[in-house]
Amino acid sequence: MADTTHSVTLMVNGTRHGIRVEPRVTLLDALREVIGLTGTKKGCDRGECGACTVQWNGRRINACSTLAVMHDNDEITTVEGLAGDGQPHPMQRAFLARDAFQCGYCTAGQLMSAVACVAEGHTGSDEEIREWMSGNLCRCGAYANIVAAVRDASASTPPTGGQGGPVA
Amino acid sequence: MHNFAYVRATDPLHAVSVLRREAGARLIAGGTDLLNLMKDGIEHPDPIVDISRLPLTGIERRPEGLRIGALARMSDVAADPGTRQGYPAITQALELSASPQLRTMATMGGNLVQRTRCPYFRADQDLPCNKRRPGSGCAALDRGHPATALFGAGRHCAATHPSDLAVALTALDATVTVLGPTGERVVALERLHRLPGQRPHRDTVLEHHEMITRIDIPASLLAPMSCFIKVRERASYAFALVSVAAAVVTDGPVIRAAALALGGVAPRPWRLRVAENALMGVRLEPAAMRAAIEPALAEARAHAGNAYKIELIKRAVLRALNAAGRQEAP
Repeated sequence: MADTTHSVTLMVNGTRHGIRVEPRVTLLDALREVIGLTGTKKGCDRGECGACTVQWNGRRINACSTLAVMHDNDEITTVEGLAGDGQPHPMQRAFLARDAFQCGYCTAGQLMSAVACVAEGHTGSDEEIREWMSGNLCRCGAYANIVAAVRDASASTPPTGGQGGPVA
Repeated sequence: MHNFAYVRATDPLHAVSVLRREAGARLIAGGTDLLNLMKDGIEHPDPIVDISRLPLTGIERRPEGLRIGALARMSDVAADPGTRQGYPAITQALELSASPQLRTMATMGGNLVQRTRCPYFRADQDLPCNKRRPGSGCAALDRGHPATALFGAGRHCAATHPSDLAVALTALDATVTVLGPTGERVVALERLHRLPGQRPHRDTVLEHHEMITRIDIPASLLAPMSCFIKVRERASYAFALVSVAAAVVTDGPVIRAAALALGGVAPRPWRLRVAENALMGVRLEPAAMRAAIEPALAEARAHAGNAYKIELIKRAVLRALNAAGRQEAP
């Protein structure tokens, strides 16, 4: 059988990974199944739930809706890359303080989306937070506490402006 | 997904030359629609030609108008202050589309060529759908599905086009520049999407070997006086039941000029030129405007499933005209 794999380099959470994947492997499957970072979850695998939200070159994306081969040499940040020096990220602290998860399945995606939402400057009100977090579904219905957590974290984090900001 | 070959385009001409050579080739930019079509077995491209890194991402305000590269991401255009100030309907349409994550991935050109949301077309099993499998029938028409078109439908297909951006661009007289192996041509947005007619499987007038490279929106008095509204079943992150792009220039209390296009109700954005003409000289007030637009909507063809949209269209149009003319939130 001919080898149809491509060599792809992904910079994930600051670490360089050289992998070989078929073109049909999504970025989500590459992260979970090939690189072994299972923090990013597969909820719907069709861009509708946001559970697979990761950051790509500073922007939040659905990892299920893109192919690994399209991201050669790109920088990806997953939920495993949020905490620094063994300390929880402020957004993670806010989610804990506000009890912003129940089963936890959507939580990784909510965190990645929320961090970007703050960096983009879209947390001026609860209404704005709800609109700009609308790409992340929560079947447990923890929305009220998620919005509160994002509000809290935003209050203590200045927006970096635009979408190219770092994971603040 | 089926296995397929992957080619990264080195430049636009390389991309269209692969399309020309390979009957099964498809372009991928953001991939947010294409990958779902592939996962559901609706399309089986091979090879996939990745154009996502081509330098067609500019957003330029020029004296002649706004010029946007086809590969500009929806989120970047939505965040562009010049677009928001000069062409607010475009910004509003973009921000009401999809989700924040999808908007950072999806491109302007890809948004225009996304495919219908008709549930029979999109089913993950093979149901009667002349767009997906020519000659297999149209279950949506047979069953009077509410998502079928009120304008421009054919006997073989009544699918609607889901792009919000296309509606705003149609109202503002935009054009797309299309590249083929032998050169470029310009297509008015209003004529980009086909009516189903006898060949519902052809969504647009683009040939297989063509690629949209940019979008141009002409400067006008109407453009800064534009708005876009979207009526949908959820507060966010849903396609339109009915949408309206409107632009209104007034002279005191009276409409001088108007532009109007509907979304969610036709195979392409539905420009309402008869209504635009009828609105000239009319006061920017609900009763007067309603009287002006009603005759223009007489061409709507509804059945029990989608008849509710007729009144919805009228109210949405009135709301959009008012918001556009006053540049207020709708």
